[in-house]
Amino acid sequence: MSAVVAEHEHDDHHDHGPEKGLLRWIITTNHKDIGTLYLLFALAMFFVGGTMALIIRAELFEPGMQFVSPQFFNSMTTMHALVMVFGAVMPGFVGFANWQIPLMIGAPDMALPRMNNMSFWLLVAGILMLASTLFMEGGAPASGWTLYPPLVLQTGAAFPFAIFSVHLLGISSIMGAINIIATILNMRAPKMTLMKMPLFVWTWLITAFLLIAIMPVFAGAVTMLLTDRFFDTSFFDAAGGGDPVLYQHIFWFFGHPEVYVMILPTFGIASTIIPVFARKPLFGYSSMVYATAAIAFLSFIVWAHHMFTVGMPIAGELYFMYATMLIAIPTGVKVFNWTATMWQGSMTFETPMLFSIAFVVLFTMGGFTGLMMSLAPVDFQYHDTYFIVAHFHYTLVPASIFILMAGGYFWLPKWTGNMYDERLAKFHFWLSVISVNILFFPQHFLGLAGMPRRIPDYAVQFTDWNMVSSIGAFIFGFSQLLFLYIVIKTIRGGTGEKVTDEVWEDAHKHGLEWTLPSPVPYHTFATPPEKIPTEHF
Amino acid sequence: MKTKQLFAGLALMTIGLGPAQANYTLNLMEGVTSISRDVYGLHMLVLWVCVFIGVAVFGTMFYSIYFHRKSRGYKASNFHESTKVEILWTIIPTVILIVLAIPATKVMLEMNDTKDSEMSIKVTGWQWKWEYEYLDSGIRFFSSLDEASNKARQLNSGIDPRTVPNYLLEVDKPLVVPVNTKIRFLFTAADVIHSWWVPQLGWKKDTIPGYINESWTSVDKAGTYRGQCTELCGRDHGFMPIVVIAMEKPDYEAWVAKQQGIAVENAAAAEKDWSQEDLIAKGESVYANNCASCHMADGAGLAGTFPSITGSSVVTGDINAQVELMLKGKGMMPAFGQMLDPVDFAAVSTFIRNGLGNSVGDSIQPTAIKSLQAAIPAVKYDDDDE
Repeated sequence: MSAVVAEHEHDDHHDHGPEKGLLRWIITTNHKDIGTLYLLFALAMFFVGGTMALIIRAELFEPGMQFVSPQFFNSMTTMHALVMVFGAVMPGFVGFANWQIPLMIGAPDMALPRMNNMSFWLLVAGILMLASTLFMEGGAPASGWTLYPPLVLQTGAAFPFAIFSVHLLGISSIMGAINIIATILNMRAPKMTLMKMPLFVWTWLITAFLLIAIMPVFAGAVTMLLTDRFFDTSFFDAAGGGDPVLYQHIFWFFGHPEVYVMILPTFGIASTIIPVFARKPLFGYSSMVYATAAIAFLSFIVWAHHMFTVGMPIAGELYFMYATMLIAIPTGVKVFNWTATMWQGSMTFETPMLFSIAFVVLFTMGGFTGLMMSLAPVDFQYHDTYFIVAHFHYTLVPASIFILMAGGYFWLPKWTGNMYDERLAKFHFWLSVISVNILFFPQHFLGLAGMPRRIPDYAVQFTDWNMVSSIGAFIFGFSQLLFLYIVIKTIRGGTGEKVTDEVWEDAHKHGLEWTLPSPVPYHTFATPPEKIPTEHF
Repeated sequence: MKTKQLFAGLALMTIGLGPAQANYTLNLMEGVTSISRDVYGLHMLVLWVCVFIGVAVFGTMFYSIYFHRKSRGYKASNFHESTKVEILWTIIPTVILIVLAIPATKVMLEMNDTKDSEMSIKVTGWQWKWEYEYLDSGIRFFSSLDEASNKARQLNSGIDPRTVPNYLLEVDKPLVVPVNTKIRFLFTAADVIHSWWVPQLGWKKDTIPGYINESWTSVDKAGTYRGQCTELCGRDHGFMPIVVIAMEKPDYEAWVAKQQGIAVENAAAAEKDWSQEDLIAKGESVYANNCASCHMADGAGLAGTFPSITGSSVVTGDINAQVELMLKGKGMMPAFGQMLDPVDFAAVSTFIRNGLGNSVGDSIQPTAIKSLQAAIPAVKYDDDDE
């Protein structure tokens, strides 16, 4: 295979094999190693954030306060969100980006490998600093992941640490994004034009631009909080001439595109997996690209739909309502295209496909509730209730998280050369998909019935659905240990069955990575590939 | 009992049965105002649109999942583009969105129309209670979680919330409004952002320090309607309920007269001299309602966050300095000068000096509080719109 670096070609300088021992992982600049680090870190944080969620669900199992104080409950909701967003979902996708983008575009590595290493370790530093706030006087931040002032200014000793950790996470994300853009724009195989890139690469290109645009905004907002607290400024303090609502505008100018940072790569992976198992080209490749770009653009101009209740002028409310409704159109196009890809396919249902189909269905349900709350007058009723909690968990758990799982099952055999245990993986899928619905579906009812978000205790009439939801949470949480087990087992040899280079039937038609040997050698594409797969175009 | 509920819940989930029991509320409440009914109508419209699209899309998907399987020997076709189809499924959703936007805009405009209101109530959010001020009749009071719920909600209180009537949805003093009257609400906050929501009125509104927000309602059925704060406002966010009692107009007027009588009595009480025992006795309940959630019921405080009252140098020091600190507030401690009337203030000031393990022995009279209060410029928000 010409694409693989043969040892003898490089005798003249140094050995390109990995370092031995722990140092390999600390100083590595290899995109595959860094991808692995990101993925393992994300998986670890998924369990940390999940444990926090289980503390929340345990407290909410029945009315009355049983396990934690209200203050600690608020800390848990805050930390659960921050850890899941910045520690699990985003690094998960960055892990896939690191592994797959060079393989998919026929590049030998990321464009800026040393920066790649640094952005990973900054992420670890940021999350450790965030976690350290749990042990500080006054407790971890307890103002929700939105960190609204004036409430956030009541945080104790943890306050500056939380803000510096956000800075570190932001710098890490921006560096990762710059790297991804530089790689995609400069290092594609000669014949791979932009409109011939795999969709996963497209979605990450757009996501990276989103990240560069929004992370400085968030950093700015929290820095203003910092100076309000320590340097007597009054950006957000009404008594000093500032404006608490200004913070919300700035935060959501970051926060809304941020939700697409967590979903656009999901679209890319789903668009990669579904055609393989439908044995058909992806339907509407170019409209998928345009729809992704349209969603990214719209995400910047709809931020205030998170704050319909702050008392905006009617013209503002109507504008944000109309703009938000528009998102349904490109999102609808994507769902219809996936459906059309499956239509008249020759489908098989390996675990990655099962997770992808569950993603399409459940993400669409999250999209429906999104459409419902885009209508401002009705949103007055949904806002800050469990209906919202149900909505964004449907778009984040059975969408982003499920697709992270799907991607794991899809590429793990390629990366390790070992097949995962299909029977166990299917069991993991069914446990997850059933329990995730027991967990989140009843929360729609709770919200409609009038249960606010982020309350540690609730009125008696909300008991039954909360119990159901908590049971679902525990089943879902513990089923994920099965995923951990399957991943470890696969890395250590899997079922013993060696996989082919393609892993999946005819996969080489769908992407460059399947033309490489399995497991993927440490160095690949030293010479750019001549031919690129043409199945999609 | 719990297991029964659990099984009932799971059974309902699996069978997909509807609202068999009141506790399994599945849908939005229709409410008791014209706005809330419009909102309910919109909600049902968009819900059915979603159900319809869902059935169509998922139906198609599951049809192909079932029939276009490799295991059935189905051969894949190779189509992967159709400009016509792609344009079609851009246009149809656009039309649906326009159909939704028209009624939504109408309701939105109606919601924002606060003109011709017959009375105004100013609502101020505090950590963690609501202040209501009737701008026309001068009635003003605080409304906080009732005592029974407050006791039951303490960590490991040993009280089963199911035995507490309207657990967490009951207040000591409800907001009383007349029916069939267009009431304009003004919202602001004293410390952090809160949000005022009674589902059956059909909307919620944030209360924000430095802002005056507006909304209106006209309740058309007498009754008691309950809600809660919905913006995360700190530790006791889950414990600031709202109770609105809508009364027929004559009943409402009788209530207003009674409240004005109480105000006169309170003013008289603030002028007379109180004995130390009476102040301490009254102060105990004021403490329980206003101070205990931070400084703890026994005055021990919370290490690192809320100072202890027992043995505190402020409490055992000069009484005027102590009162001034309580009036103005400090850091996270709110300015109680705005929250408590002089009698309650004098009572609680005296109580913490002579109870909770302290025994300073002195007391302060409501009249003294009034003069101290007058010396401190109160933070006052402008009542005018904009």
